[in-house]
Amino acid sequence: MPEVIPEDSVGLVTPSSIDFQGPLALDCGSTLTDYSITYETYGELNAARSNAVLICHALSSHHHAAGYHSMDDRKPGWWDTCIGPGKAIDTNRFHVVCSNNIGGCHGSTGPASINPATGQPYGKTFPDIVVKDWVRSQALLADALNIDRWAAVVGGSLGGMQALQWSIDYPERVAHAAVIAAAPRLSAQNIAFNEVARHAILSDPDFHDGNYYQHNVVPERGLRLARMLGHITYLSDDSMHSKFGRELQAGSPTTGYDMEFQVESYLRYQGKKFVSEFDANTYVLMTKTLDHFDPAAAYNNDLSAALAQASAHFLVIAFTSDWRFSPARSREIVRALLDNNKEVVYGHVEANEGHDAFLMKIPYYMDIFSAYMNRVASEVEPA
Amino acid sequence: MSLRPDLSIISKWIKPGSRVLDLGCGDGALLAHLQADRNVTGYGLEIDNNNVRQCISAGVNVIQTDLDAGLSDFYAESFDYVIMTQTLQAVNYPDKLLEEMLRVGREGIVTFPNFAHWKNRLQVAASGRMPMSHTLPNPWYSTPNIHLCTVNDFETLCRDRGIRILQRTMVNYAHRRSMGDHLLPNLLGRIALYRFARS
Repeated sequence: MPEVIPEDSVGLVTPSSIDFQGPLALDCGSTLTDYSITYETYGELNAARSNAVLICHALSSHHHAAGYHSMDDRKPGWWDTCIGPGKAIDTNRFHVVCSNNIGGCHGSTGPASINPATGQPYGKTFPDIVVKDWVRSQALLADALNIDRWAAVVGGSLGGMQALQWSIDYPERVAHAAVIAAAPRLSAQNIAFNEVARHAILSDPDFHDGNYYQHNVVPERGLRLARMLGHITYLSDDSMHSKFGRELQAGSPTTGYDMEFQVESYLRYQGKKFVSEFDANTYVLMTKTLDHFDPAAAYNNDLSAALAQASAHFLVIAFTSDWRFSPARSREIVRALLDNNKEVVYGHVEANEGHDAFLMKIPYYMDIFSAYMNRVASEVEPA
Repeated sequence: MSLRPDLSIISKWIKPGSRVLDLGCGDGALLAHLQADRNVTGYGLEIDNNNVRQCISAGVNVIQTDLDAGLSDFYAESFDYVIMTQTLQAVNYPDKLLEEMLRVGREGIVTFPNFAHWKNRLQVAASGRMPMSHTLPNPWYSTPNIHLCTVNDFETLCRDRGIRILQRTMVNYAHRRSMGDHLLPNLLGRIALYRFARS
């Protein structure tokens, strides 16, 4: 918990929520009749309403991107390294909006919400969601907030894919798109990892076909396993080695099946913590959303054609040790942008932290991110 | 901001409104100048972190990449000019990169230190050691300049590969032009500037 709020923090923040009277048309053909979106904002919106930045969150994340909810919080929001006064996304200059995606479990309507048609939680009857649906729902949020055009739409990992989708679906509403540690679509290996995670949840006897809410249980074992697996893919071999090496938990080897190494303890801790903060149906739903992301699919698998209509300027950043979405995947995006003569900057960051590097305060990463956002800010500030 | 004199000469070679690819674009000074003064669009390729940061601040579209990985991200003839200043001598395959330049661009522009400059010749002759100078400041074992060549070497390579030289300028190391450079370029010219195309 912070004894005092750090000077470069946005400080204490409170989420807001908007109830939308639907229907929200979804790509799968169904609709959400009523739905709500939970979001946070940091920094002042200027008079011209031109300095708004939308943050898109990653798979297991939410709207609480920066600052603290209370003085008892152990940690700040998930992207506090990048959002705050004087930080890369400088809240002295930008009005930052971060919303929880539809289908989530942190306030926005999702599988744990009550389906007005049945009076029961949606569970696995929650409609299939694709990234385009999130973008559409965020465009409605922007309307509600009276923001015509984002100075930038920014995201890492799945959030980066969402930023890319924004640039395709609403070219006129996105001045800049920052696509960090992302990929134009998942590889078979990526999907395979997601499938194992889903399988862990679906095969947990406490899952009850997604209706565990009514049984007052949580498919804890499955969700824990899913998270443990995820964490392995977020780190690199090097970062695991430097974090844990082969250090023993008890100091000396044990016998039998007991936990021995510190890395085991770390994964168990992460798994356990996740169970208390995430909904299993949301995890299944959102990994599916991730698997289905493929903007080129509608264009004969031609990503260049998919991006032809984008008019944003792009910042693409990748990290050398990220084996989940490697730099080569970001280069696919860059290449498609080059094919279209789009404005694009690509930064290749040396980092040992694996996929998680996009959340970390890596000096060169902060340098180029700040330099880029500084230009974005100067474009929307009166001369 | 005053532009380095060799870059200033190059920028006069570029037609306004062109599309330019700058290989090893450094801090982006040339592209920033061309964007502001000649309505040029395009990209810079650069590997050095500090340079990339400066490019971003200068509003240059910079792609952080290793030139030795080639230009396969670019379509044929997607640029009017592909420029490479003071970098040809530092890449692994200068000949292949020249060919690549003329695949993705209609014209190429390169500058490089002329190794046959009389002072270099004198240093080798007098001391029997690899020359060091303002343009070649590193000792042989740590120099990034692994493929030094002379004006004659470059022009021979161009002839062999069917590359037509459209323009040549020699400058001294203050990057100024002089009469001697014009008469005996391979002896008196410190830095060579070339514009070329497919024959």
